[in-house]
Amino acid sequence: MHFFDSQLGIFLWILGQCLIVTIGVLISLAFLMYADRKVWAAVQMRRGPNVVGAFGLLQSFADFLKYIVKEIIVPAGANKFVFFLAPLISFVLALVAWVAIPFDEGWVISNLNVGILYIFAISSLEVYGVIMGGWASNSKYPFLGCLRSAAQMISYEVSIGLIIIGVLISTGSLNLTSIVMAQSGNYGILSWYWLPHFPMVILFFISALAETNRPPFDLPEAEAELVAGYQVEYSSTPFLLFMIGELMAVVLMCALITILFFGGWLSPIPGVGDGILWMILKMLVFFFLFALVKAVVPRFRYDQLMRIGWKVFLPMSLGWVVIVAAFAQMGVPGYARWIVGG
Amino acid sequence: MAPIIFYFFAVIALSSAVLVISCRNPVHSVLALIATFFSVAGLFVLLGAEFLAMLMMIVYVGAVAVLFLFVVMMLDIDFVELRVGFSRYLPAGIIFGAVLVFELGIMLGDWTFSDSFARNMTSPIPTDVTNTIALSKVIYTKYIYLFQLAGLILFVAMIGAIVLTFRPNSNVKRQNVVEQMQRDGASSVKVVDIKPGQGL
Repeated sequence: MHFFDSQLGIFLWILGQCLIVTIGVLISLAFLMYADRKVWAAVQMRRGPNVVGAFGLLQSFADFLKYIVKEIIVPAGANKFVFFLAPLISFVLALVAWVAIPFDEGWVISNLNVGILYIFAISSLEVYGVIMGGWASNSKYPFLGCLRSAAQMISYEVSIGLIIIGVLISTGSLNLTSIVMAQSGNYGILSWYWLPHFPMVILFFISALAETNRPPFDLPEAEAELVAGYQVEYSSTPFLLFMIGELMAVVLMCALITILFFGGWLSPIPGVGDGILWMILKMLVFFFLFALVKAVVPRFRYDQLMRIGWKVFLPMSLGWVVIVAAFAQMGVPGYARWIVGG
Repeated sequence: MAPIIFYFFAVIALSSAVLVISCRNPVHSVLALIATFFSVAGLFVLLGAEFLAMLMMIVYVGAVAVLFLFVVMMLDIDFVELRVGFSRYLPAGIIFGAVLVFELGIMLGDWTFSDSFARNMTSPIPTDVTNTIALSKVIYTKYIYLFQLAGLILFVAMIGAIVLTFRPNSNVKRQNVVEQMQRDGASSVKVVDIKPGQGL
């Protein structure tokens, strides 16, 4: 282990960790994309992708190859630099957020003291990919789509931030590992934050749907009105980067819900060992919910979306911050768990 | 390692700051501004002020610059018209710039660092607690009134912006959500049996 104490060794060690997480996330993304379509198909009593590979398991890889070999079309009058920068931004930002996500105790590339703020900052930057893509395409449909999408993402960021504050008050730390460890207790699933913070779990899930532009809040891509939102003019690899970036943001939100409210890698049954498998299982459950909502719920109207965001979610989450702060101050069990604070 | 990272961020910050004022396209200017914010956040991390860096990213890059970008993208700017008055304003601009540089020169020419400078710079950062906790221990105890005052100023600014831009308009058709929710088939559809040849 002597080599890994040197400067170069540490650098290579971190590089290797990044590579493992990146490859793991990207490969699982291919199968999650397939799972998303399968769930959607099952709800609509279709068979979904079933041709490439056994049960269509390799469908995503076939799609990937198809995207790569298509021609890249740049619209006339497009701002070329920004046009190609936009998908890169949305892809890279979706990827770098995984640096701070802990999969198990100590299984994190960078155990940031401000981990949750880092994730929040990265997800608030993701709006740039959308805005830049829509503007640089030099066409009115992407532009309208990007404006709608950006307004929506900014609106729901506010309520997500306030909900996170409630959890932070309970934990007394911004570190994601501390947030998970604060939820460990003798009662397994009942010690997690979803119980004391119950109404906010649902609000967080809905806000996450809106923040990642997933149905029923996929107004940016409302096919009937806007063709396909900010990505109309994109083709081939840039479009693929946008798509991967979006789906990665969804998986990131699954990880975030798991960590904030459902105890990360902690075991739901007392006495059963904790571990990374629990984390992945919980993330899969939430991804299934994301996929199910897409198939079951009809799309919202734009004014309804804005009304829910600003007039319902914002006051509720703001009020909840006050309530949690009061409970934590009074020492109501389950709300103040500052023992772990780092 | 740290000096290399410092110079990396510093060069990006300065060069993109120059781009902000030299770009022809205002959208490119805002994008360069974002790059500046971003590299300044990197410098904060290097200083050990990770909380400030993240706030910089969330507030300036994630919110303020997005609004700038929104406004600038919607502007209909004629670049030729923008450059027409350039030579006319140039003398005045040069005079103002010279005055500013002169004042800066006077100030910096006479500048000496006091002995306690280095200590004052570093002593507020304790080593046993994290940056965030150290900051909160000061903000919520010693500077609580100033902190609240800052919030109040922002609140006043927000109300001011709303008052300035709010135009009461009686022609707006307001949607009553409760009313909309309570509509059903019986109250909104009338089934009429029309006899052939007679009409309504």
